[in-house]
Amino acid sequence: MAISNKAIKISQKHLLGIQDLSIKDINYILNEAKNFITLNKSKSKKIDILRGKTQINLFFEPSTRTQSSFELAGKRLGADVMSMNITNSAIKKGETLIDTAMTLNAMHPDIIVIRHQDSGACNLLSQKVNCAVLNAGDGRREHPTQALLDALTIIDRKKKIEGLKIAICGDILHSRVARSNIYLLNMLGAEVNIIAPSNLMPRDLDKLGINKFTDMKKGVTDCDIVMMLRLQNERMSSSFLSSNREYYEYYGLTPDKLNFAKDDALIMHPGPMNRGIEIDTKLADDMNKSVIKEQVELGVAVRMACLKLFCE
Amino acid sequence: MMKKKYFLNAHIIDPKNSLDEVGGLIINENGKIDAVGKKVNKNNIPSREKYIDLGNKHLFPGIVDMRVFVGEPGYEYKENFKTLSNAALSGGVTSVVTMPNTSPIIDNVSIVDFLKRRGRDKSKINIYPTASLTKNLEGKNMTEFGLLQKKGIIGFTDGIKTIQNSRLMSRIMRSAFDLGSLVMQHAEDIDLAENGTVNDGIISTKLGLQGITELAEKIIIERDLSLLEDFNCRYHISQISSAKSIEVIKKRKNDINFTTGVSINNLSLNENDIGDFRTFLKLSPPLRTEDDRLSLVEALNKNLIDVIVSDHKPEDEESKRLTFAQAATGASGVETLLPLALELYHNESVKLFKIIETLTSNPAKILNIDKGNLSIGNDADFCVVDINKPWIVKKEKLISKSKNTSIENKKLQGKVLNTYIKGEELYKL
Repeated sequence: MAISNKAIKISQKHLLGIQDLSIKDINYILNEAKNFITLNKSKSKKIDILRGKTQINLFFEPSTRTQSSFELAGKRLGADVMSMNITNSAIKKGETLIDTAMTLNAMHPDIIVIRHQDSGACNLLSQKVNCAVLNAGDGRREHPTQALLDALTIIDRKKKIEGLKIAICGDILHSRVARSNIYLLNMLGAEVNIIAPSNLMPRDLDKLGINKFTDMKKGVTDCDIVMMLRLQNERMSSSFLSSNREYYEYYGLTPDKLNFAKDDALIMHPGPMNRGIEIDTKLADDMNKSVIKEQVELGVAVRMACLKLFCE
Repeated sequence: MMKKKYFLNAHIIDPKNSLDEVGGLIINENGKIDAVGKKVNKNNIPSREKYIDLGNKHLFPGIVDMRVFVGEPGYEYKENFKTLSNAALSGGVTSVVTMPNTSPIIDNVSIVDFLKRRGRDKSKINIYPTASLTKNLEGKNMTEFGLLQKKGIIGFTDGIKTIQNSRLMSRIMRSAFDLGSLVMQHAEDIDLAENGTVNDGIISTKLGLQGITELAEKIIIERDLSLLEDFNCRYHISQISSAKSIEVIKKRKNDINFTTGVSINNLSLNENDIGDFRTFLKLSPPLRTEDDRLSLVEALNKNLIDVIVSDHKPEDEESKRLTFAQAATGASGVETLLPLALELYHNESVKLFKIIETLTSNPAKILNIDKGNLSIGNDADFCVVDINKPWIVKKEKLISKSKNTSIENKKLQGKVLNTYIKGEELYKL
């Protein structure tokens, strides 16, 4: 274990979004995470820096990878981890988020990890509890640990972020991953191209300092990274697209479209993937180009770093 | 019978009678206005009579608020007639038009008697109830405009809902034309606005909330104004929120008769005020951009907007302590309507006379009631206001039963000192 610099502290009490963090905070988290990458590859993966601390994972939306990643991260740091599956909780009996928060707060947790279908749910929770709140995804707003693990993956492979050209393509409208990544990559000095059909492009997005594209080939041209997003059919209330096959034709990542990117371009995807809809299945598994598995691996390290730093 | 009352040295603004001068007011034994204006001075008062020297404080006709939600019947825990009345009086509001979105909904004659009785017995202000345009607010079958009017219904609106069906809307206009009824439309295309909670733009994008495009409002206004070409009934757009709607209004103002309202919230606040998911600022229509707000102020000055309303919508704390998507829509505001409107005067956006006109004589004219003026012989409904008095809005000090103010902690200038109805002092600061 490397030594962390005790003089530096995260500027925020909670991790609600990348928007709230400074570059200093981000570098601090990323550096801390790098230490955990080594630990996670070693034979004995468990340390006890969070021993005696209680971590509650409060997931109002189904999740496999984020929830298990947070659970594992907490356990490897020695925390007592409780994962609450909301389908069998009081919310279904009409209890509000605030009620649940107050109940949990009475149990004196040290950290609450929350995922919720409504944007701003973590902000509301953070106002009502005494412990630190980590956002594991709120509605369409933010998913900060995903953006941090994406950044760590890019740095791991490309050794830097500044100056890179990064394309994010897909269902931007419903994507918290896209929003968090836009903030983070912008802050770290990348050039961000956003590619989406107009129906899935949020209004005034260019005000966030990105380049907008509806033509995928133009959008990925000369890019170092092509990040594909999942088509979130469960969030679509009405006709955004005519069909999946037409979407694949224009916005699915295929070898011919990837050819427009740099030769050494990497493919990323936050998962879970809709193979054959937003990404060609062979490309997704291409060991030389796809870093999708590495994203999952580094996700645990990033979450360990966040748990440690926000628990302090 | 009460005693005659004499007020001197007031800065009187009475837009209906084009009064803007320092003078006095005499109220007779029946609570009616006997004399008003600069000609009323000490010499008009018998020496044995006592008078009140207002020391140049302002005296306005009682405010007529055209858009107020009351919880009675059905939601008395949010607001009842008594609490509404007290809140209104503290803000100089003496007449309110109540929305039909109660439980049960005001959509048939049998409930109007109850409503009028409750309004009369429990409140001291003048209550003008509206009924819904369609039965059960379903947007399918129209209510009995004629019979409801005879019972004392002042106008028709689905309140927080819009008539979406164009054929139904044209039929409503024809009936309203025949019967002389006032139709008030909340303009929002439901399909465009579906699930929306804030303005569609950079704020909705950043907060990750579903936006409501300003086109949802514009399209309904365009449609209704087109339909009015055939049957120009009395038609009022309840509230507008965007520059795009003003463009349409400007184009049609000369060839069609219609009037337009705006909420004080949209005139004074913008989408940035929502900040970190402040649910008290979840409003309908939503707060829009600063450019939109400035356009609304300009439209008010150019007579393209006729009235300012509070859009008073009391909601209990529980229904606001939720995520933004789940929280109830609306803000309590009847008691802060005038003080917040005075901010537009203090920051030199709108002349004081214009503000008072849009709060008194203009709404009264649209409603066809003899209120909101200081005409001789009329009921002495008025308020005395220190337009410079500084104060800070605190929700725990609000009189309304619900504390969901959109302007918590806002520093305002201007406070109502006294409110009179029919010559009787019913509120004193």
